[in-house]
Amino acid sequence: MLSESSSFLKGVILGSIFCALITMLGRIRIGHGNTMHHHEHHHLQAPNKENILKISGDERLELSKGFQIYCIILVKPKDVSLWAAVKETWTKHCDKTEFFSSENFEEFESISMETSDMWLMMRKAYKYAFEKYSDQYNWFFLVRPTTFAIVENLKYFLLKKDPSQPFYLGHTIKSGDFEYVSVRGGIVLSIESMKRLNSLLNIPEKCPEQGGMIWKISEDKQLAVCLKYAGVFAENAEDTDGKDVFNTKSVRLFIKEAMNNHSNQVVGRCCSDMAVTFNGLTPNQMHVMMYGVYRLRAFGHLFNDTLIFLPPDGSDND
Amino acid sequence: MASKSWLNFLTFLCGSAIGFFLCSQLLSILLGEQGDTQPNILHNDPHARHSDDNGQNHLEGQMNFNADSSQHKDENTDIAENLFQKVKILCWVMTGPQNLEKKAKHVKATWAQRCNKVLFMSSEENKDFPTVGLKTKEGRDQLYWKTIKAFQYVHDHYLEDADWFMKADDDTYVILDNLRWLLSKYDPEKPIYFGRRFKPYVKQGYMSGGAGYVLSKEALKRFVDAFKTDKCTHSSSIEDLALGKCMEIINVEAGDSRDTTGKETFHPFVPEHHLIKGYLPRTFWYWNYNYYPPVEVSLEILLYKYLD
Repeated sequence: MLSESSSFLKGVILGSIFCALITMLGRIRIGHGNTMHHHEHHHLQAPNKENILKISGDERLELSKGFQIYCIILVKPKDVSLWAAVKETWTKHCDKTEFFSSENFEEFESISMETSDMWLMMRKAYKYAFEKYSDQYNWFFLVRPTTFAIVENLKYFLLKKDPSQPFYLGHTIKSGDFEYVSVRGGIVLSIESMKRLNSLLNIPEKCPEQGGMIWKISEDKQLAVCLKYAGVFAENAEDTDGKDVFNTKSVRLFIKEAMNNHSNQVVGRCCSDMAVTFNGLTPNQMHVMMYGVYRLRAFGHLFNDTLIFLPPDGSDND
Repeated sequence: MASKSWLNFLTFLCGSAIGFFLCSQLLSILLGEQGDTQPNILHNDPHARHSDDNGQNHLEGQMNFNADSSQHKDENTDIAENLFQKVKILCWVMTGPQNLEKKAKHVKATWAQRCNKVLFMSSEENKDFPTVGLKTKEGRDQLYWKTIKAFQYVHDHYLEDADWFMKADDDTYVILDNLRWLLSKYDPEKPIYFGRRFKPYVKQGYMSGGAGYVLSKEALKRFVDAFKTDKCTHSSSIEDLALGKCMEIINVEAGDSRDTTGKETFHPFVPEHHLIKGYLPRTFWYWNYNYYPPVEVSLEILLYKYLD
């Protein structure tokens, strides 16, 4: 009896050690591409209104037209009600929207990626988008259907950023030394980043299809690893007051937290006035957001926007 | 002996498997990221008298939602400010002692600040909030009593302080700027009142209590007077219907609050109910009550009900 229990214990110990070893190895692998470590703070700011006003009226008009955003939504059949809501609401303001689903789904038109693995879906979607549209769009915006986005604010944010530079921005999360853009807040890639990403997608050592050894690494982290090999780094997007512009939380959650943390300044301090995304909305809430953002007006309050971004011609829009 | 060592080996293997599994679970918990927790998607049924977010709504201190109003540097509010001076609205909010922390406090911190004057009406006085004590009991059957007494109080103390007198519940949201725009076209010396007009029971229709309603100064005078001269009495406890019947008796006109495109501006339910096609079933009483034919939702919304 004693020898059995001792061998059992030995087994337990050996098993745990083995497991710990593998985890360590796995973690080292993620942080591997750290060699090109930038010491700058990875924050990107929205354009300053005064600077925009300095640009002539005509040039501003040119600027507002020159923007083409291609929206990629990765969906699965279980997301069907969110899919419907997203389709009917904010995505109409993208210059082009494409739904990439895990499988063919008769209810809605989509491009089937024939895999239910999120990272594989993401790779294929980016590949498809780049191969087909690299000459037509200079910014690529990828989201899940739980996210609500205000495309005009995205365009304003990107206004003075050169898409031939490798931009990879959104709501960043730091995982140790490693920083990545959370997919739940929306991922924005410039055409240069898309180019670099696509050249790497074929190199399994740099951009493997199966990132983690034992545990699955989320697709947004895998993307960041790939991009890092290409010298593209995640940057957190903020407004001129330093507030996040891409949000992984819903408005409701922000308000709740604000009521608990600084109850004397809830609406003023909860979120950015030029927020681009909120996440975690129900389908009904998306419709209400659409109404609140684009239709409801308080009479007598005039907002002098420096730029107007119009939705695409002929689109069925609010 | 061989079988014993075989047994030993087996237990060793079992041990290592269990150890591996336990360790992996432990590590995945320890190394799991905070950023990954999916925020709670709250599904609310606004019609359930909800005991939502239990317990944690005890708010400390004052809440000022308007602290940011200077932050909108590119906002031009001249027209709104102008209307604020020209169209004076006194808002009174129907509330009760049990709702002060849960609901009335939020009303006070948000839209009520845009009234020219706001009063909170409760069955009992609360000097800190502050609320006016109407000396009634609480409960749905007391609503008309509270309404009569509230309007009486407003008439006796604040008649000259405003042109229009609005009643709202503590779960209603009002966009005052849009209300002023509506009322700016009417003379407060004329007997008229506005709200979401319902057609049954009263010839000229009556205004839904839930969506809120607003009386002109003349309408208020006549209403209060009617109880002094017994033209109107506490005929029933159905507040909005009883008030509507009284209004008809005293010749106060039921106004048309729709916007220039014919869409309703006072809403008895939350935005979702009104915005999403088919949310309210065709058999719902609501569709038969509306005085005017339905058109898609208005741009100039004034009121929303049952907001949590």
